[in-house]
Amino acid sequence: MEAVLLFWVGGMHAFQLAQIQLSATDTLNEQILLYWTPLFVASFAFHIVLRFKAKAADSLLLPLATLLNGLGISMIYRLDLAEAARGNEQLLGARQVWLTLFAMAIAALLVWVLKNHMTLKRFTYIAMVAGILTLLLPMLPVIGTTINGARLWISVGELTFQPGEIAKLLLVVFFAGYLTKHRDSLSLIGKKIWGVRIPRARDLGPLLLVWVASLGVLVLQRDLGTSLLYFGIFLALLYVATGRGFYAAIGIGMIITAGLVASQLLSYVGNRFDSWLNPFVQENYSGVGGSYQLVQGLFGMAHGGILGTGLGGGYPQLVPLAANDFIFAAIAEELGLVGVFAVLSIYLLITYRGLRIAMSHRDDFSRLLAAGLSFVIALQVFIVVGGVLRLVPLTGLTTPFLAAGGSSLLANWLVIALLIRISDSANKQVVQ
Amino acid sequence: MSKSIRRLTSFILLMFIGLFAFATNIQVFQADALVGDGRNVRTSYDSYKTLRGSILVESTPIASSYEVDDNFRYQREYESEIYSHLTGYFSLFQGSTAIEREMTNFLSGQSSAQFFDQINAVLSGAPISGANVELTIDDELQRKAWEALGPSRGAVIAIDPKTGDIKALVSKPGFDANLLASHSFSSSSSAYEELLTDDSDPLVNRAIAGDQYHPGSVFKLVVAAAALESGEFDPETEFEDSDSLRLPGSIRSISNASDTTCSDGETVTLRTAFVKSCNIPFAELGLELGENQLKVQSELFGIGRTVEIPMRVSPSTFPEDLSEAQLALSSFGQYDVRMTPMQMAMVTSAIANQGVIYSPQLIDRVVSNNLELLSEPSPQVFGSPISQSTAGILTQMMFESVEVGAAGNAKIPGMAVAGKTGTAENGFGQPFTYWFTGFAPAENPDLVVTVVVEGDSQAGTGNTVAAPIGKRLLESVR
Repeated sequence: MEAVLLFWVGGMHAFQLAQIQLSATDTLNEQILLYWTPLFVASFAFHIVLRFKAKAADSLLLPLATLLNGLGISMIYRLDLAEAARGNEQLLGARQVWLTLFAMAIAALLVWVLKNHMTLKRFTYIAMVAGILTLLLPMLPVIGTTINGARLWISVGELTFQPGEIAKLLLVVFFAGYLTKHRDSLSLIGKKIWGVRIPRARDLGPLLLVWVASLGVLVLQRDLGTSLLYFGIFLALLYVATGRGFYAAIGIGMIITAGLVASQLLSYVGNRFDSWLNPFVQENYSGVGGSYQLVQGLFGMAHGGILGTGLGGGYPQLVPLAANDFIFAAIAEELGLVGVFAVLSIYLLITYRGLRIAMSHRDDFSRLLAAGLSFVIALQVFIVVGGVLRLVPLTGLTTPFLAAGGSSLLANWLVIALLIRISDSANKQVVQ
Repeated sequence: MSKSIRRLTSFILLMFIGLFAFATNIQVFQADALVGDGRNVRTSYDSYKTLRGSILVESTPIASSYEVDDNFRYQREYESEIYSHLTGYFSLFQGSTAIEREMTNFLSGQSSAQFFDQINAVLSGAPISGANVELTIDDELQRKAWEALGPSRGAVIAIDPKTGDIKALVSKPGFDANLLASHSFSSSSSAYEELLTDDSDPLVNRAIAGDQYHPGSVFKLVVAAAALESGEFDPETEFEDSDSLRLPGSIRSISNASDTTCSDGETVTLRTAFVKSCNIPFAELGLELGENQLKVQSELFGIGRTVEIPMRVSPSTFPEDLSEAQLALSSFGQYDVRMTPMQMAMVTSAIANQGVIYSPQLIDRVVSNNLELLSEPSPQVFGSPISQSTAGILTQMMFESVEVGAAGNAKIPGMAVAGKTGTAENGFGQPFTYWFTGFAPAENPDLVVTVVVEGDSQAGTGNTVAAPIGKRLLESVR
């Protein structure tokens, strides 16, 4: 089943690459094999690892992630060709291929080495410390790097790395472990008022603490998306663990409050809000850090319309950072609304499979972990794609599996590896 | 916990429905508005993907596209700077101008006349080819006009008065449109920036647009026409002949270009005043006619109206609410009278063509890639601002101007030339503007020529600077 799907995914990828090369150069040569073969081989290698080490694992996750990853490589290669036509040598596509190989290798290794994900429960607090330290890495002098106003990177020589992507995994592990231990006290204790059980003040402590930490990210690292992502994950898991809508309501209120206050106090957040609400105003459009990128993305998507211009037929290179932040706009322009629905549906399917794994497991920690990992992908897609589509203010998160960049690929492939590991044990428990 | 996971699933579904809805809104409902936004260049980029038609002069391309090995497939190429203000440019980064702009639907194959070609292109998958636009320009005359103007700034127009066909249209300085057509953003932009900041305004087509010019004495054609049309004046009507005229209500006085009287110091006829181009009698004439009559006659010639050749010709102006002093100055083309060379060529065409102006036109015909005739504009009457007899009298006076009067340098042995010169002042210490407008042969004109030269000093006159240029073009009539 999985092998058949992987063949189909490989075929799709080859087709995309061929179409891109044909439309850009009118020729078809072996160059596209460089972009195709590694992913194809790696996906089957991963598949073989699963056959031996996680026989009962979910058979859709690997093909779905591979499909997105392949589309990302195709699109980045396509943007490389467009840049080359403008005289800018850019080899992000080839780089993405090797980063993919690296990410998939580590993910496969994780499946191999981590025989049982319950081991992670023991690392609850280690994960917390590691997560916080990882998060703080970009704040260090020398290696900490600010790109486009956000201090989210570390760089050593030529290599740059976005520790926040890995930190989100560590924090999911921590949240899952912590909430497994404390869910009873968080969910059962408290007075009932009008049928709603109000938690004790001290039980609101963790929520407040994470809120403050997320605000710290917002202020110190100047990134709205990352901040929202961390808080959102904790909130979702708190709700899943306790089943109390009260937390969700308070949490969403906290997000809105923080957003409104930040947009008044922090100028860059205010700018983002203004660009979000009035992107077409000329001052915003032509201003530094204004809405130019957002509006160009909208222009491109509108140009693509329902069916898209076809791969290679549009002008996604007109949008700044098309291969990173705005790869979704590039896909929307060339594959149209049809492509948008397809890509979003794939994300939805991955999330849905993840949540199904969570539901089918009997163990609390496994449930929380699977739900948290699934939600990470869903929320990240919502924040970044919502930003491109002007549903929410634009922030600096990466589009899972599609955007150029190694940290993001690694983190998301690790999510897949963990979900696979959990699904394997879930399915085995059912079989027994 | 299953219940809350299910709820979380519903919440995620809700988030994605939001994404689906916003994407649909952008790509379907808002799409037209976003595509039509002037800041969205994608549609104009698309026009680069079709083989754009050529612009032709006498079947030879002056602008054409050839295939190149880059994203935009076709590179636009321009033959010569001589034609720069006619073709304009078609630039990826700076938009387009002139014929490239006005005829872009035909050139890019998007006109409604090419509808079946478009359907065919969709069905066969073959790319659509643009149509070729043939101009009315006479290549030899255009080259002659370019050379005759020499290094001066200015404009030369030649028109066939019987059809309105533009035979030559030169504006100097020109520019190299190839620089702007470059597919490299940096070289195209820097060339554009350079042209834009150049003090000589090479991107302005002086023949039809720009700041326009004081017509000076060539405006006497319009004033004389108004006088003759009124029925109260004829060429022998006499005016007081003094060497200086105090402007009414002003301490300023005006004089003739010669600084003396126009004739014997007693009286001077309209004919003599015209032939010798004296200012004082025309000031007197203008004051007698009044602002309204001059205004009405100006408008009949087209002053104040927009003309499309198909490029838009800026409307020339005759000022309003004039004091007597201002009216006197306006009567010999000073004060706030402003004209494009094209408007003056139209005035001259009326005189050359027995009172009837044909709309000036650059497009000869448009032919599709498979040689199908798509458009062939027929001559259109623009108006009849003067009677046949007025036209005859003015022709006679213009002929005398060349034979024995102020426009002597346009004289061509063996051919009767009708002409009028002008030396317009542009304010104290400012260089003069030199004019010549005329036609030949006077008895049955084939060609109207209008010349404007921007001087760089106050030396010379219309007769010494502009008339010889007009003469060189009119010589080709024989």
